[in-house]
This record gives sequence, structure tokens and C-alpha cells, in this order.
Amino acid sequence: MSSTTRARKREWVDEVIAETPNGHRLRHCIQCGTCGGSCPNGAEMDYTPRAVFNLIVAGQKDKVLSSNTMWQCVSCYFCTARCPHQIPITDIMYTLKRMAIREGYGRTSDAPALAKAFTHYVDKYGRSFEMGLASRYHLLNRPLAAMKMGGMGFNMFKRGRMALTPSRIRQIDQLQAIIRKARQLGGAS
Amino acid sequence: MKYAFYPGCSLEVNAAAYDVSVRAVARVLGVELVELDDWNCCGATEYFSQDELTACAVIARNLALVEPSMNQLTAPCAACFLNLKKVDRLMAEHPDLGGKINEALAAGGLHYDPGRVRVRHLLEVIHTDVGEEAIKAKVVRPLTGLRVAPYYGCQVVRPYKDVDDPEYPVKMDELFRWLGAEVVDYPVKSHCCGGHMTQISEPEAFELIRRLLQSALEYDTDVIACLCPMCQLNMDAYQSRVNGMFNTSFHIPVLYFTQLLGLALGVPEKDLGFGKEIVSAGPVIHAKLAAC
Ligand code: SF4
Ligand code: SF4
Repeated sequence: MSSTTRARKREWVDEVIAETPNGHRLRHCIQCGTCGGSCPNGAEMDYTPRAVFNLIVAGQKDKVLSSNTMWQCVSCYFCTARCPHQIPITDIMYTLKRMAIREGYGRTSDAPALAKAFTHYVDKYGRSFEMGLASRYHLLNRPLAAMKMGGMGFNMFKRGRMALTPSRIRQIDQLQAIIRKARQLGGAS
Repeated sequence: MKYAFYPGCSLEVNAAAYDVSVRAVARVLGVELVELDDWNCCGATEYFSQDELTACAVIARNLALVEPSMNQLTAPCAACFLNLKKVDRLMAEHPDLGGKINEALAAGGLHYDPGRVRVRHLLEVIHTDVGEEAIKAKVVRPLTGLRVAPYYGCQVVRPYKDVDDPEYPVKMDELFRWLGAEVVDYPVKSHCCGGHMTQISEPEAFELIRRLLQSALEYDTDVIACLCPMCQLNMDAYQSRVNGMFNTSFHIPVLYFTQLLGLALGVPEKDLGFGKEIVSAGPVIHAKLAAC
């Protein structure tokens, strides 16, 4: 097969770029390290954002998606605000989170379980539901933490800061129709 | 001044003190807040971690619900504010994505033209739209002697840099100066409170919260003023657990900026949600602001 007839293989970096608004800027990374140096959780990450971009460009998908880096990202946007090349770093972290969940990685963190429980309540009621999250997510995933939370939960409850029943929107059918359509469009793209 | 108002899920229960105080100060300042009818959750950071297009569509439903007669939407929560603003921007800058979002909205009989609604954080509305003169004219009980540390956190000032300085924001500082407070100028006012990390890994989340409380303490803070339910929850409700983890003895009340603004405007404490904070603000407020 001659190299002139062979189409360029779509690499993993292309997928990351395609899934991230303004993701193409990733190719402009100069490896300056401003992002990692700005990150409040950089020290806890397997790879700093700078190192992750290097790995993405090098096609090291498995290494990146099995790392804890994106799960340590708290979306503070310091990196994005400071990057000298306007790379949407936080949004790339979101893309990596989605890819990790979709492809069965993400067992290194409880974050995917939290995201799942959270969206479950939004889809069902149109509102988030802290108490429901506490039972669906905490009791299932973090029973020990749930016990430690108990005292705090009581203090919150006493001050009327915790509801026992979810709040719901009226037009939940409308929201669910929108969600179904969006899922369908997302899957089709 | 009339704005569509998106309270967000936190204000219904956990941040009820923010809800009542926002509505109370809006009344006094002549800001008409028209609550968005049947608004839905903004999905916080979690929905974006799962499914971007659906997250955008869920958020865009709220933008589409803004009545045609109104062109500004204000949100008091930093995460809600950013999500609403981000989707409006994404739709404007990426017509492809915007088209898909509108296709999804159409399944619910809705449509949104990017740019139709200007998304504003409540701080901008109060600081910039109401402004210094009108606010100063309504102060009946200056916060003289109270050392207030304004805490901005992340998502109001980043990634979009048009609300305030992304690293050293000043709008809340200015507001508290107008109210007569002593503004604490400490270095971590736009650092991160950890967001939902408390739910995922406590050692890391608590370390981020500790840094904020430590800095506030070193700068001799009476009360921290927040503009987001998540920040308030993390610094207030988790404060005793942070003390437990690091052997510290922080005891710093954390209020919403609207609660302190309301006090200065003469709204009775009982109408501002005081007492809902876990670390009680009453003692320091009463000690510093005598004759209440
Ligand atoms: S700050 Fe931007 S350019 Fe510098 S290493 Fe990070 S992503 Fe690359
Ligand atoms: S947005 Fe995420 S990756 Fe960027 S500095 Fe903040 S925590 Fe670190």
C-alpha cells in the first residue's frame, strides 16, 4: 500500500479534539507548565495537565484514561485562564472524564458514580436532590463516609438545609423529550 | 431594572439563606427578579462529565424559557451562572453544536437563539447595574468595624474574564467598602473551594478548604462573604470536619454577600436567613455592629 493512497489514520488526539469545543488548540501546547503550576490539585495528579497533553499527542490513551488526573480536576479554570495559548484545558478534562466513563475506565475514582447519581436525579425530576444523592451515591459507594457525614447531615437538617423529598419541575415530560433527543443526536454524531 | 431570575437547586433548600436574602435586597434596591417559570437543574459539573450535548440541552432549556420580553437572566450560584453563560457562548461560537442543541430543544417545543439572553451573575447586577451611588444612598446601618473577607471562588471570574479580574477580582471588595465594612485583602479570594471534591475525596477537598480558612484567619477575618452555595457549604458545613482532619480550630462564620448587604440596608436579620449557617455569625456580628 503506498502512503499516498492511504488515508491518514484518525488518531486518538483527533478524537479528543473533536469532542472538545476549541479542542484544536491543544496542538498549540508549548509544554510551558503554567497549567500544572496553577492547579490546586496538581500535586495529587498522576500526570499534570501539561504532561497529559504530551501523552495525548503521543497517543497514550490507556495511560491517560486510566490515570486519576481528570478526576482530580475541580473545574477551577485557573489553567484555562492562564494558558498562554488559549487551550481549553478544563474542557479537555471534561472530555477525558466522558471518555473514561464511556470506555469503562474511571474505576480509580468515585467521581463517575457521583456524576451518574447526579444526572439520574436531574433526568428523573428536573432538579438535583441532595438527600437522594446521599443515599444513592454515598450509601452505595462510600458507606463509611456516609456515616461520618451523619452528624453534619443532622446539623444541616436541623437548620432546614436538607430536604427529605425531591423538588420536581412541572414539565418533566418536556425535559425528558429534550434529553432523549440530545442523547440520540449525541450517539449519532 | 427587570431580570429573569434563575435561583438554582441549592437555593431551594441548602442555600435558603441566599434565596431569602437575595429577594430581600432586590426589593430594597428596586431590582425586579422574575423567577423563571419551571426552570430545571443546570447539571452542575456532573452532567458535563457524562454527556456534553445533553448537558448543553438541559441547560439551554432554561435559556429558552426566558420570556421574550426579557433579555437578561441572573443567577446567584456560580456554577449555574457559568453553565448558563457557557452554553449561550458555545451556541454562538459553534453553530454545529448550537444546531444540535436546538434540535434537541425542538423535541420539547422550544428554541433558543444564542445571544438573545445576557447571562449575569447577581454580583454584577448589584455592583454594576444598581451601582455605588444607589447603594450608598440606601445604607442605613453601615458595617463599620466588621472585617469582611470577600470570597469569589472560581466560576464567576473564570474562564470568562469579563465579569471581573480572573485572578484578583474586586467587585465584592468595592461593594463592601460602600457598605462601610473593613475589607480583608487576602491572597486566596479567587482560589478554589474544592467544589464537589468533598463528595469524592475528603483529604484533598479538605486541604483546599483549609487553605482558604487559614488565610482568612491570618488576615484577621470576622466573616467570609460568599457568592455561591457550593463555596458556602464547603467552608461552613465542613469547617468542623476540616478542624478534625488538620487539628485546627477554625471558627469563622461564612455568609452570603447578600445577607451582609441586607443588614446594611436595614433588612431585619430574621428576613435574611441568619442562623442557617452552621458556624454561627450572630456573636461576631452583634459584637462588632453594636446598637442593632
Ligand atoms: S499552560 Fe497551555 S501551553 Fe502551557 S503546558 Fe499548559 S496547556 Fe500547554
Ligand atoms: S481546572 Fe482542573 S486542571 Fe485546571 S487548574 Fe483547575 S483543577 Fe487543575
